[in-house]
This record gives sequence, C-alpha cells and structure tokens, in this order.
Amino acid sequence: MINGAAVGCIYALVALGFVLIYKATEVVNFAQGDLLMLGAFIAFTLIALMGWSYWIALPVTAVILAAFGWGLDRAVFRRVIGQPQFAIIMVTIGIGIIMRAGVSMVPQWGTETYSIDTPFSNKVVRFGDIVVAQEYLSIIAGTAILCVVLYLFFRRSRLGIAMQAASQNQLAAYYMGIPVKTVFSMIWGISAAVATVAGILLAPVSLIEANMGLIGLKAFPAAVLGGFGSIPGAVVGGLIIGIIEQLSAAYLPDGFKDVAAYIVLLAVLVVRPEGLFGESMRKKV
Amino acid sequence: MRFIFKTEYQQDVKLFPHGGAVFWYSLLIAAMFAAPLVLDEFYIGEITYVLIFTIIGVGLMILTGYTGLVSLGHAAFLGIGAYAEAYLLGQGLPFLITVPISGFIAAAFGVALGVPALRMTGIYLAIATLAFAIIVAEVFARWESVTGGYGGMQVPDITLFGIDIYEDWQFYYICLIVTLIVMFGALNLLRSPTGRALVAIRDSEIAAQSMGVNLAKYKTLSFALSAGITGIAGALFAHKTVFLSPDSFSIVFSIQLLVMVVVGGLGSLHGAVYGAIFIGALPQIISIAKDYLPHAIGEQPSLEAGVFGLILVLFVLFEPLGIYGRWMKIKLFFQLFPLYKKATFKRQKSYMKSERVR
Amino acid sequence: MTYFRVEDLAIHFGGIKAVDGVNFEVEKGEVFSIIGPNGAGKTTIFNLISRIYEPTEGKLVFEDQDITNVPPHQIAKRGIARTFQNIELFEHATVLQNLLLGQHAHRKSNLASELLFLPGVRQQELRFREKIEEVIDFLDLAHYRDSMIMNLPYGVRKVVELARALCTEPKLLLLDEPSSGLNVEETEDMGFWIDDIKKDLGITVLMVEHDMGLVSEVSDKVLALNYGRVLATGTPEEVQRDPEVVKAYLGG
Repeated sequence: MINGAAVGCIYALVALGFVLIYKATEVVNFAQGDLLMLGAFIAFTLIALMGWSYWIALPVTAVILAAFGWGLDRAVFRRVIGQPQFAIIMVTIGIGIIMRAGVSMVPQWGTETYSIDTPFSNKVVRFGDIVVAQEYLSIIAGTAILCVVLYLFFRRSRLGIAMQAASQNQLAAYYMGIPVKTVFSMIWGISAAVATVAGILLAPVSLIEANMGLIGLKAFPAAVLGGFGSIPGAVVGGLIIGIIEQLSAAYLPDGFKDVAAYIVLLAVLVVRPEGLFGESMRKKV
Repeated sequence: MRFIFKTEYQQDVKLFPHGGAVFWYSLLIAAMFAAPLVLDEFYIGEITYVLIFTIIGVGLMILTGYTGLVSLGHAAFLGIGAYAEAYLLGQGLPFLITVPISGFIAAAFGVALGVPALRMTGIYLAIATLAFAIIVAEVFARWESVTGGYGGMQVPDITLFGIDIYEDWQFYYICLIVTLIVMFGALNLLRSPTGRALVAIRDSEIAAQSMGVNLAKYKTLSFALSAGITGIAGALFAHKTVFLSPDSFSIVFSIQLLVMVVVGGLGSLHGAVYGAIFIGALPQIISIAKDYLPHAIGEQPSLEAGVFGLILVLFVLFEPLGIYGRWMKIKLFFQLFPLYKKATFKRQKSYMKSERVR
Repeated sequence: MTYFRVEDLAIHFGGIKAVDGVNFEVEKGEVFSIIGPNGAGKTTIFNLISRIYEPTEGKLVFEDQDITNVPPHQIAKRGIARTFQNIELFEHATVLQNLLLGQHAHRKSNLASELLFLPGVRQQELRFREKIEEVIDFLDLAHYRDSMIMNLPYGVRKVVELARALCTEPKLLLLDEPSSGLNVEETEDMGFWIDDIKKDLGITVLMVEHDMGLVSEVSDKVLALNYGRVLATGTPEEVQRDPEVVKAYLGG
C-alpha cells in the first residue's frame, strides 16, 4: 500500500509537470518523462561520478534542468505559439525522441542502466509491525513538500499569480503588463525542475536508463483522471493510479499490473469524457 | 504555369484534374509494375515495406488528417490485423478471404474504440487511443493460445490460386495491387459526400452538424475505415515480417506512424505516400551517411532515432504541411518563376486560441 | 396555423436563466428579427432551435411538427439552416467544397457506392453542383469558387457562409448577426440579399442582428429580448418606440 502510494507520488509529480505546462500553454508535453530521465542522469553524474553529496546535487540538478526547460521554451516552443495543439504535441514528441537518443550517446551514460546511493538507501522505518523502506517514505515526503511549495508559490507570490493570469487569458494578461512569454518560459523551467525532483526521488527504487522516461506514459492516466487542468487533481490521480497498480499486482493475474491504469483510464473516460475533476468544455458559437 | 479551363462540372468530379496528371500517374503505375524486372531483390523488399506503410498512412490519414481525430494507437490496429491474418491462415482459410477478414476484425475494434471516443475531444481522445494500444499490446503478449505470447508466432506462407508465394517479387505484386485498391477507394471516398463530411467535422463540428452531418455516425465510420485499412496493412505486414512478436506493435511504433503522416503532410493522400517513403528511406540514408561520419557518431545505435526526432521537430517548426507542402511550394516556385514571393505561404501570426471554453 | 412557433422556451445554465420563457411566432415568408443587448440570449435561442442546446423547458414547432426532440443533424433535413456569429466555415477547404457540404442533407448514396464511385454517385455530384451553381450565381461568388476559405477576406467569408446555408435548400433560414464585421457597403449588400432571399427564393428568415438600420430595412417583425425575456414584439417602428426597449438599450 505504501509502496503503491510512493509510486503513485512519482506519477503524481510527472502528472503535475504535465498539468503545469498544460494549464499555462495548453500544450501536453510528451517529453515530460524524458525531462525526468535527463534529471536522473545528471544527478547520477554529480553523485556517483563526481562524488557530490545528495543534498547538494539535488538542488543543483533541479536548477540545471529548470534552465534546460527555460531554454527549450525559448528555442522551440515560443516559435509554435498559436499553432494547432496537435502540432505542438508532435514537437514535444520529437523533443522526447531526441533527448532519449541524445542521452544514450553521451559517453559516460550510454545505454547502460545505473543506480545511485542516497541517504535513504537500504534503510527501513518501523511503524509498529509495519516495515517500510525509507526510499519509499522519502518519495512521499518529497512529493508532499513539493506540493506545498508549489501551492504557496501559486497562491502567494506575485509571479505565481501572474502565471495563473497568463494561463487563463493570454491576451488579457499581456495587456495587463504581464510578460507572457517570459512567464511561459518560467513555467517550462518549473515543470522541468519538478520532473527532475521526481527523477531523483525515483532513482533509488528504479534504475536510471535512457528509457526510464516512459514512466511519463503512466502519468497520463494520472493527469487525465485528475482532469488535466487541476494541480490537486494530478496528485490525487497519481496516487489512485499508483495504488491501483499495486493492488492489481497483488490480487489479479499476471499482466494486469501494467495495464490496470489504462483500463481504469478508459473506463473513466467512457463515463466522464472530461476526467474525474475536469470541467465540461464546449465550444461557443 | 498551367491554366485549366473548365467547361463542364464533370471536370471537378474527375479523379485527376487534367490529362497531364493522368499521363504521369499512369507512367508511375507502369513503372511500379515493371520495377521487379529492373531492380534487385533488396530494393523490391524495401519498396514492399513502403507500400505497406503507404496503406497504413492512408488509413491513419483518413482518421487524423481528414477527420481531425488524433490516434496514438494505430500500431494496435496494425497488430490486430497481423495476428488475425496469421491465426486465420493457420486455421486453413485461403489468403483471399483472410485479408479482408483481418481488415474487418480491425475495423470492429475501431468501432469499439470509436463509439466511446465520440464524446472525447483533443488530448483526451489521443490519450484514450494510447491506453487502448497499450492494453492491446498486453493482450498480444498474454493471450498465448492465439498469439503465442512473448514466444512469438510464425506466419504461414501464402498460397494464391494454387501458387505458393515465396519470392519477394510475387509478394511485391500483391502489396502493389492492394495499395492501388486502397488508394482508389480512398480517392473515391474523399470526392464523395462522405469525404466532405469528414473534412467538415475536422474543421468545424458544429457547422457540420447543422449542415446535416451526423457526427456520431461519421466519426465512428472514420474510425472503422481507418482501423480496417490499417488492419489490411497489418495482414500484409505479417507476411513481410514472417514472425510476429508483441514488441512489434508497441506504443513507440504507434507514435512513429503518427510522425509518418505528419512529416508526409497532413490532409492529403500524397502526404501518406511521402511519409511512407520517408519512413522507408530514412534508415537507408542514415546507413549510407554513417560511412562519412566520424566513428564516434556514426556507430551510435540511437543515431536513427535522434535524426528521426530532429526531422519531426524541424518539419513542424518550419514546414507544418509536411513534405507534400514543401513539394507544392517548389512546384509553384518553378511555375511562377521569377515571380514567386515568399509571402504567398506566410503563416499568420496569431495568439494562442484557447480550446477551453468557460 | 403559424409556420414556426416557439413556446415557453427556456434554458438554464446552472443558476443563470439564459432564456426564460420566450414565446414567438414566425409567419411563412416573413423576415423576423431578434434584437437585444449583449448577453440577452439571442444566440442561445438560435442554438436551441438548431438543437445544439437541450432546452430546459418549452417547445419548438415547425410546419406543425414538434422538432424539440429531433437530433441536431436532422434539423437541416427538416429545412432549417443557419449561419454563425463568428463564422464556422471549413477553413481548409475550397468555397466549392464548403457549398457542396450544404447539400449533404440531400445525400442518397451509400458508402459502398461511394467507395467505387458508381455512376449514381457521379450523377449525384453533378446534381449537387448544379444546385450550388444557382446559389453561386445568386450571391455572385463565381470569382471565389476554387479559393481556400482561409485565404478569403472576412466579408467574403460571411457571404460564403450565407451561401452554404442556402445550399441546404432551406425553408427557414437562421442568420446570426449577418452584418457583424462588415463595412457599410457590405452591410448594404447583405440587406439586399436578405430581401432577395425572402422575395425571390421565398425563404422565411429568422435573424439576430445589432445593426438597427439593417433590421428596420428588411424586417417585417421584430422581437426585443433582454435578460432572456421578451420585452416587445411588433413592427420595427413599434419596437423601437417601445419604452421598455429604449430603457434596456440606454440603461435609463
């Protein structure tokens, strides 16, 4: 159950990245999982190859990836503003492919799999009779902290409010003096940083490899369950998916673990085409 | 520059706009039929792949390019067609019957996905197709009595009119004929009311509806046709690969298929063909280019994927109409030479239009 | 018997009563205009008639038949066509293709015959084309026949949309702000066309319009709407003089 919640937290964080970018720019970023992968690789380099401490490597990696996300928006996505949503999705798919290929070309990274040691590795916590690996607890704690920070950021800070405004009405926000383009770049940066944290938290329980970004595909059901536009929705969606997966692994025949999330997703979409927490949309004529 | 003087309405209904086009297309088809006499076996095999991908392209184009419904799960339909073909042939049914049945089975799955998808829009639909494809791939892997699971499945040989088809050129002709039939059907459909209804749904559902287009019917139809055509391609694909394994129909493959139609050019059958050629030719071009690249880059196994992604990004950024769009521009450049001006195709700058409505 | 009748029509979005108990009757062959300030519920009435919205209450009666429960795609077949406030044309298609779609409700061919493009389908295409050419002549669109919609200026698009609605061979035509976005000259043309549609083609017109000049020029009857309720009905002059209407417009 706790393991399911922990895996669910990772889905939640990736889904959170989707939602942040989607809310602001209506782009569904198919490269989100690959940002996670890149973050994990950079953390691996800093910790395992260069011997940095975990606590320093974590923020440094997040900053590097934030800069990367920012640059990605400046270099690529700013050019496609105003094009059909579908075209932009294709760009993110392309970027994801390039990142996967690019990472596997880096000499020290390649196509091998790696793991990193963290302060939580191989330790357990006991709650009465229940034994829980610290790695899983760290994921849950990390997610919780990140959610609170993001919540405060969007509710309290000027920048966060500007971002909300820009996402709700680009043109109006622009006229109100909000630098919409810069705001978008920042959201890409934040989203990339969130993905990185997810990647680093995931690293101890999973392996670091070029294809670990495919976890992004698992985060889709989470984001959709949550309605794709809602930050708490994404977190709840992620947790639901994670727990469903663990339960189906325990109680259902082999093979259901990998598809349970998608079966739930399809079922939900059939009943509520706009997701569990989504608002119904209708084109105005 | 060619000016076409139209003297009767009949001219706008024709398959080809003018005599020149009839000539060139006939020549192309003749050349395709003559190809096995000239080219060696390797190239015939490659062209066969291109033909199969063309059929898939036509199928996906009907759904995504013409009806505007994005599918991230077309490899699933391809797989359904392929497994159905292998299974039915294994049961002793003749080739001429198994191919259409494989198409129908895939079409039935298309309907099964299309009906619940009616109420979904945009990204929700895309993700639903993705979920569908992942579930189908898992079923391929687990339904061992039919698909052989991870162990894979051998595809029986074809016997047609008492002749065993084992040579590449024989299979090439089969694929060529199926491609021509599919193309002919698609072209006909697109110049009929149904084709117009699909385009109408793509551009404005609400207007299509108020002009009398039954959205549910035509969207489902589009799914069925698209899945059916892809299923037929899957049947051919099964014979081409000879051995089926669940990994062949992964989500990554689905995305590749989508990339194929985007790079080829959405919204035209030409685009489907160009996309197929692109998918077929890219590995060849890269393997040739490898000889000229420094060893460190040339020997990277992921080089192909990287180039693939790069081309996709560059196309969407600079040529959203795909290879077909580029071709039209080059053609116009020569037709208007020296009067061509860049602004003819300049895109309007626009603010993001929200697809959300409150 | 009235030609087209709206009875106690109402629709509520959450707590908002966008249309609240509206009654009116349109006689065959007249031009009936609905006016009112922004947000009065005019377009909502159109959306209710073309069945895009499900009414909370009320009834729509056309040619003595209740059409309140007819599915939206059947409305065209019944003889009701419409245009849209912000133009809903098929952008990536030519004018010709847009207009041909107008004939969709008259399609008799089936899928199998279309896949083979049997002679019947060919003849149907030519028949459609002849009908469409009549409309093209009528609205003077010959010049734009093969143009892509996205390359056309706004004023022309507006006419193309009107043409597409006419191509369905309607008996009742709903025009949602036919003059919005047009300049003075284009608005004048639109006025003449609406008049011709009424007189030459014998089509009944129901229209939502802001331009009072156009409204008084072409309308036989006017209905003023505010907050989803009818303020006044009558000839253009009567409605313009009605104190309630003046108050609604001037906020006095």
